[in-house]
Amino acid sequence: MSVLDIKDLQVSIETEQGKKEILRGVDLTINSDEIHAIMGPNGSGKSTLAYTIAGHPRYTVEGGSITLDGEDVLEMSVDERARAGLFLAMQYPVEIPGVTVSNFLRTAKTAIAGEAPRVREWIGDVRGAMEKLRMDSSFGERNVNEGFSGGEKKRHEILQMELLRPRFAVLDETDSGLDVDALRIVSEGVNRIKAETGLGVLLITHYTRILRYIQPDHVHVFVNGRVAEQGGPELAHRLEEEGYDRYLKAGV
Amino acid sequence: MTTTDMTPAHLATAEPIVPIQTRSERPTSFDPADFGTPTGREVNWRLSDLKRLAPLLVDEETETGDALGIEYGVAALEERGLLVESRGHDAAPRGEIFRPEDVISAIAWKRCANALHIRLPEGQEQAEPVIARLHGTGADRHANAHIVIEAMPGSVATLVLHHSGSARYAQNVEIIVRDGARLTLVSVQDWEDDAVHAAAHQAVVGADAYLKHMVVSFGGGVVRVNPSVRLAGHRAEGELYGLSFADSGQHIESQVFLFHEGTETRGDVLYKGALQGVGARSVWIGDVLIGDDATGTDSYEKNQNLVLTDGARADSIPNLEIKTGDIAGAGHASATGRFDDEQLFYLQSRGIEEEEARRLVVIGFLMEVVQRIGVPEIEERLAEAIEEELRRGAGLAPASKAGA
Repeated sequence: MSVLDIKDLQVSIETEQGKKEILRGVDLTINSDEIHAIMGPNGSGKSTLAYTIAGHPRYTVEGGSITLDGEDVLEMSVDERARAGLFLAMQYPVEIPGVTVSNFLRTAKTAIAGEAPRVREWIGDVRGAMEKLRMDSSFGERNVNEGFSGGEKKRHEILQMELLRPRFAVLDETDSGLDVDALRIVSEGVNRIKAETGLGVLLITHYTRILRYIQPDHVHVFVNGRVAEQGGPELAHRLEEEGYDRYLKAGV
Repeated sequence: MTTTDMTPAHLATAEPIVPIQTRSERPTSFDPADFGTPTGREVNWRLSDLKRLAPLLVDEETETGDALGIEYGVAALEERGLLVESRGHDAAPRGEIFRPEDVISAIAWKRCANALHIRLPEGQEQAEPVIARLHGTGADRHANAHIVIEAMPGSVATLVLHHSGSARYAQNVEIIVRDGARLTLVSVQDWEDDAVHAAAHQAVVGADAYLKHMVVSFGGGVVRVNPSVRLAGHRAEGELYGLSFADSGQHIESQVFLFHEGTETRGDVLYKGALQGVGARSVWIGDVLIGDDATGTDSYEKNQNLVLTDGARADSIPNLEIKTGDIAGAGHASATGRFDDEQLFYLQSRGIEEEEARRLVVIGFLMEVVQRIGVPEIEERLAEAIEEELRRGAGLAPASKAGA
């Protein structure tokens, strides 16, 4: 049982017009085996939260804390966070020319496990995980994200999550750009990994569509860098009908 | 990174990029005096390290005495019957296609009496790569050479010119790929740090013939390898690849010329370079000319450089000149950049430490060219050489972020 605890998190970025505040005091507590949906309009700070947890250098933490089982996450480098058990499934994964998927996966697994995986077992694990995500076996020979379709990129992110076995995963708009079939395959993957490993999930999304496939335990509505409202799955249903207008008009 | 790209769709309306002088009209001569001494303002010397190349501008006797500046390790070729005697400047096929285009090349022509003539016999396939080992005997030794590589009709071979040791070495390589021949030629510059090497490669590719030409420069002080390839025959194919890794104090230059002369020819130029350390320098000038009669041409050229530390500089100048509108496609791209922070972030977010992430990105960047050699043993050795270069640069601070 692990806890990812975010307290009064304030984050800014540098823009051409100077420093800009994005997160204005965010509180969230995520336990193992829980799914938290973060919903909100564009520009509300959802992705900033995702990238700040992962440690992207573009974001500056102005105040507050992130701890993983009491360990200070903000003190850790990007790779240390991953080795501590955090995972970010990105909305726009970048291409890495000349680095094959199989080489990348093995290198990442070795880094996270602290030792190289046993070859035969590893090949079986990769093949099994790829089959479950309906990925062709030739996928491993392709260069990371190079020429991948939107759906292939997202499946590749979930594949990594399955093989790297994080304690907490942040899924940043994983549903964007997916057709119904791909959305179902990816969602099944998330549910399966959670069931097998007790993964805690922070599911960031603009739309309620993915919540039909991945049932959240808690829903948090982000507006203007803060949690404007939170509740259970019923809150998502309400958002589906009413949209975000209510929060925006209130000027929270 | 900035990238310019012309797709065939754009070409129909875009004005072709016309250089001041058509590349094929550059003056040639067998007499060094006709060129005079370069001042450094000429188009083909403007970005060169003329100061360190100066010893090669001296028109002097270099074949006197017992010890030559370069030892030619060609016993393996002799055993396989691939060497042909070539005595004197007039010995055919020497000079069949080669015309010196600069003073160093003209001196090399004049001062090399007997060419090294490698002939790949008609209709024969060489199962193993053929490796000629050229070893420099001293940084103060001036040597001139003319090498003829003649791939006879229907021959299939991979030939490697491997350079090591040190010398001041001017070299002409005349490459004749006769109709239906398939030749892969790899020139590896694995010199010591104080070597000075200027090479002019000129190739003509016949009908239905194929040339893969590859320049690999990791060693040497100043290395200038200028390949010029004419796709002369119908359906001739030319793939011109380059791979370089410049360290502090190294000047690595390639002026590449690909001339589509025949109909339905296909050309692909890809040069990639990594640079690390103060004063590391690379120069790439890539000219592609699609001639008046070269209908159905399919051509692409690209140069990419990755600057790993501050204080290194890469020049990249692509030119594309098109004289017929009736082509299948033509494009070019050039990009020079530092580490992509997003690539590093992605790798690190998967637990991979920063230094390992940088290593992966650089190797991946260069492997795109290595993977095109198609000869596993050479690919493996190059992958090792890249690792070695990276170990050498491990202590250097990474390039500062763009705009920082």
